[in-house]
Amino acid sequence: MKIAVLLTMVPDLVEELEIDPSGTALDTQWLRYVLSESDDHALEQALLLKDRHSASVTALALDYGDAEQALFTALAKGADAAIKIAPVPPGGPNRRGAAALFAEVLRRQPADLILTGVQATNDLDGHLPGLLGGLLDLRYVGVTRSVEASADGGLVVQKEYPGGVAAEISLPTPAVIGVISAPQPPRYVPVARIREVTKTRMVGVEAAIAVDPQPAAVIRRLYKPEPAGHATMLTGPPEQMAQELAAILEGRGLLR
Amino acid sequence: MLSASPRPWQHEFNPCIQCGICGGSCPLGHVMDHTPRRVIHLAKEGLLDEVLRTTTPWLCVSCYTCAARCPSGLKITDLLFPALRDAALTAGLQPPSEVKRALDNTYRYGNPFGEGPRKRLEWAKGAGVSVPVISQVKRRVDVLWIVECYPAYHPRNQRQAQAMARLFHALGVDFAVLGPEEHCIGDCERLAGEHGLFESLVEYNAGLLERYEYGEIVTSDPHAMNSLKRVYPAMGHRYPTVHYVEYLARHLETLRPLLRRPLRARVTYHDNCCLGRACGIYEAPRDLLRAIPGVALVEMPFTRETSLCCGGGGAGMWLDTTIWQAAHERLSDRRIAHALATGADILAVSCPFETSRFEDALKSTGNDGRLVVRDILELLDESVAARSEVQA
Repeated sequence: MKIAVLLTMVPDLVEELEIDPSGTALDTQWLRYVLSESDDHALEQALLLKDRHSASVTALALDYGDAEQALFTALAKGADAAIKIAPVPPGGPNRRGAAALFAEVLRRQPADLILTGVQATNDLDGHLPGLLGGLLDLRYVGVTRSVEASADGGLVVQKEYPGGVAAEISLPTPAVIGVISAPQPPRYVPVARIREVTKTRMVGVEAAIAVDPQPAAVIRRLYKPEPAGHATMLTGPPEQMAQELAAILEGRGLLR
Repeated sequence: MLSASPRPWQHEFNPCIQCGICGGSCPLGHVMDHTPRRVIHLAKEGLLDEVLRTTTPWLCVSCYTCAARCPSGLKITDLLFPALRDAALTAGLQPPSEVKRALDNTYRYGNPFGEGPRKRLEWAKGAGVSVPVISQVKRRVDVLWIVECYPAYHPRNQRQAQAMARLFHALGVDFAVLGPEEHCIGDCERLAGEHGLFESLVEYNAGLLERYEYGEIVTSDPHAMNSLKRVYPAMGHRYPTVHYVEYLARHLETLRPLLRRPLRARVTYHDNCCLGRACGIYEAPRDLLRAIPGVALVEMPFTRETSLCCGGGGAGMWLDTTIWQAAHERLSDRRIAHALATGADILAVSCPFETSRFEDALKSTGNDGRLVVRDILELLDESVAARSEVQA
């Protein structure tokens, strides 16, 4: 089974985000990018399939932020190949643009299974895997927590719905899967291994030739969230604080 | 897949006479599946995999007790346990999740908290004095202060950093910090067995420390001093480095007249492992405490070379859950009983890990309020009569 894992970079929230003078974009002066959390789970899901079913895993990323570092880390974790798609605008395209770029490369290098995170913190104009399934005309299942290969060469996917309802879905390949969580946390890879891979392995390059589509949504203005209220800090002896807490809960209808 | 072939480090342990002093003196040896003696024996027999698949590699808190007592002088703390952890990581065995998160954070952000580099100097806002950054000073300074991660980011430890800044001002020290450029020195990452991460930190820090001119390095973290003094030189990077207790003790005659406010307290001092067993510094912290008017210094059971570890070193700060599951206690819970036995009002420490660990231990053992935990920096700062003027 040939698996393609799509990795996207999102703004790293450890530093406070700033809005640039235009008021419609983030200030990139201090902005760093980090691998989207659900994409990290998609990579782990791919590597688990490789461990169990001898699949080959190719990691693909759009070339902005620390994408190359994410690709080398994917190689260090066990991916068989890594490809960056370049050039792309600094900060990356919008989601529809990203889907078009990935789709164009995946038409040239088709995979049996395309895994990527179901969501990202910078999703504005749709989610990548759903858009990709549409562009490639492939079956799509999203919000999965487990993907297994079935004996007939297809897939068995576990996903959860609101209200604690779980589903097991069988589908043939090729398919696009939007991963919310791998069955186990993303694996740790020693830094020595990443450093070794950086020196001994290559990241391939694929030309970004898809036309960036017009965004489905236009940002008119960005606002920083403003605190609407403040926490109430209780002080005093424990019994007094417990009584005050009980009164607050009762006052808000949370105690019967 | 683990390998049974001998590792390159194993020959270092050929002189082991299997006396068992290491396991007998280890504060967590009784809960290890394999004591250090047994680990060395199994390694020689090609059975190291048996060790790697247990929690043994992650039950060492790098207290240096085994290494200090080993009659063959084997580097059990600095070499054996980091090598076990490295072998486990290299084999794809996953570290405890808290360790994993701290290592990931350090690799990405230069600190185990996963905090942004721009926030590294936020503690200085509460110092009440200016804290110059060496990249902005643009000249040689007498002291380059390596604040390290816990004093820079941990809310409790920031008070220690603030106290040190005020003391430097009171003493008229020409100092600067690295500020947002500073990354972890890497002692805990080294002892956690992440040698690739440690090497990358050494490369980064060496580039940084060789960029600026300064007379000496003073650090507020004994773990940083441990690596800067004992490990960086072996990797070709030598820097004149002292811990703050050494620096302040050296300037005690200048400091002493400033210590005007009596504390009027019984104080006991906890010898931390890096300053004590690893580097042999026992007198300087006591000299500083004795210099504070009104301090009656009392010793607790197990001091100096026999001091019991707080449990925070060598990645111990990120192993509490793992160690608790194995031992059903934290070493700081055991150690706080020694301090309480002295009847002291104050437990003085000189390592940033210890304030929060011992304050937590007081609470978790039901002894909250029976004594207070203070870094020596905080006690000196309280005693400096000029403090109120400085803050104003």
